[in-house]
Amino acid sequence: MCRIAQLSVFIENKKGRFAHVVQLLGEKDVNIRAMSLADTVDFGILRFVVDKPDVAYSILKENGLIVRKDEVLAMEVEDKPGGLAKLLQSITKQDLSVEYMYTFNNVLSGKAVMIFRFEDTVEAIERLKEIGVGLLPSDYFWGI
Amino acid sequence: MIWDKNETLPEEENKQLQLDKLQYIVDYVYKRVPFYKKKLDKAGLKPSSIKTLNDLRLIPFTTKDDFRVNYPFGLFAVPLKQVVRIHSSSGTTGKPIVVGYTQRDVEVWKNLVARFIVAGGVTAEDIAQVSFGYGLFTGGFGLHYGLEKVGVTVIPISSGNTKRQVMLMKDYGVTVLIGTPSYVLHIADVMKNEGINPKRDLKLRVGLFGAEPWTENMRKRIEIELNIKAYDNYGLSEVIGPGVAGECSAQHGMHIFEDHFIAEIVDPKTGELLPEGECGELVLTTLTKEALPVLRYRTGDITRIYREKCSCGRTTIKMDKPIGRTDDMLIIRGVNIFPSQVEEVLCSIEGVSPHYQIVVDREGAMDVMEIWVEMTEKMFFDEMRKQRLLVERIRDELRSALGISVGVKLVEPGTVKRSEGKAKRVIDKRRI
Repeated sequence: MCRIAQLSVFIENKKGRFAHVVQLLGEKDVNIRAMSLADTVDFGILRFVVDKPDVAYSILKENGLIVRKDEVLAMEVEDKPGGLAKLLQSITKQDLSVEYMYTFNNVLSGKAVMIFRFEDTVEAIERLKEIGVGLLPSDYFWGI
Repeated sequence: MIWDKNETLPEEENKQLQLDKLQYIVDYVYKRVPFYKKKLDKAGLKPSSIKTLNDLRLIPFTTKDDFRVNYPFGLFAVPLKQVVRIHSSSGTTGKPIVVGYTQRDVEVWKNLVARFIVAGGVTAEDIAQVSFGYGLFTGGFGLHYGLEKVGVTVIPISSGNTKRQVMLMKDYGVTVLIGTPSYVLHIADVMKNEGINPKRDLKLRVGLFGAEPWTENMRKRIEIELNIKAYDNYGLSEVIGPGVAGECSAQHGMHIFEDHFIAEIVDPKTGELLPEGECGELVLTTLTKEALPVLRYRTGDITRIYREKCSCGRTTIKMDKPIGRTDDMLIIRGVNIFPSQVEEVLCSIEGVSPHYQIVVDREGAMDVMEIWVEMTEKMFFDEMRKQRLLVERIRDELRSALGISVGVKLVEPGTVKRSEGKAKRVIDKRRI
């Protein structure tokens, strides 16, 4: 399974909202593996990959937050200059549209991980397989 | 079903009836209420000056201020001994507005409320939950007695404690819901949170909503969310409470109960009488009230009145849903705006929350208006691009509907204060 569950939460750009969200997760023993925040003056979209997505989803919903679950793909890149450029070139060649991406550093493996949200996840999986780009399995984020 | 044969009178017969009653009531208040005597004398009028219905326009208006000046019982036409009920407005600023009813008024009122109850297809077989506040507000008791008159089983739950509202609705098999549209929306939200699906779990089929302006799009929302037919009705305490007008199954305008009230539309600024069909301020004269008749009362509600053949068989003049109150009208950079115009736009965009707040402020010499819209899952995207497109779309549609540019801010759920009665849509910081 290379489709990875990503949670997104709507937060207003107000003091303490971000802290509130991560605290809720911490209390339920949910570990955030990778995270990115897209923000505007008024609001932000907080996205993250966690070790227990289902638990995280319900706890956030129960607390009245606006949450959604999407699928993202993760790929390892060599943690050296030009590593990401090489990967992005292949993606461009395959004519895939990336909505956004963010990084995650696995200290244990010494590799950098890029998380990608493609416009069309199914299509992206096929095209990336064609050119032999390795997609990380979802359990990669569970046991670290 | 039509409750009273007077609702189907031919126009001419109705006008004759109105004139007889008008002549009677003008004479009645002239003799009994010093306020009206003074007013008519000053205008050079005697009760005998009213020879035709057109002469009504000679009579000066009665306003909310007249109620305040004559607080508490100065406008009453009978001694308190004959008054069996007092209601009053919340009176957010200054003294409340006090209204009274004789035994006969209460009887008339019940029957007027019964008219719009049956016009919405409600019968003695129904079970109605009255989620209007009970107390000084005319909504709760007004609907209560009207429903009993029709023989409906009444659950007088009042407003508040929304989880319990939902539980009773389910457990008692409630078929008719009464409340303000804004509170009903809140009830619908709580239902969702409690995992209740109206179609599957409830027997609800009709809603009789009123006491605040609401839009056609809001009606559609509520009808879909609760799987019901939602009907509007109109009234105000100063005139009688609910029971001035109500919608029938055609859902196309509210029938004004003309054998008890004469409706006029005037220019809110000049007070000039406007022809039927034009939009302006509704002015009402009561024809049959004993304790507190009013002559040409300025309701503050902006609407229009018109005659059209109705499929239900009623022949009375109709009024539109009021688009707002003259007091709620905002003037932003010289443009008149009613909160209902904002609501109409928000409710028309798929997935967008009907929970909104209008915040008006002044930046330098410039009025700025910001609309806070509560986020819903349906309008949330993980892609910033799509999220911003939605905000832009809301902003564009508001601009084209209102004629001025406004700010749109997405806020977290629960930010907008939930109303259990009449919603307060506007925060105007300019006055501070």
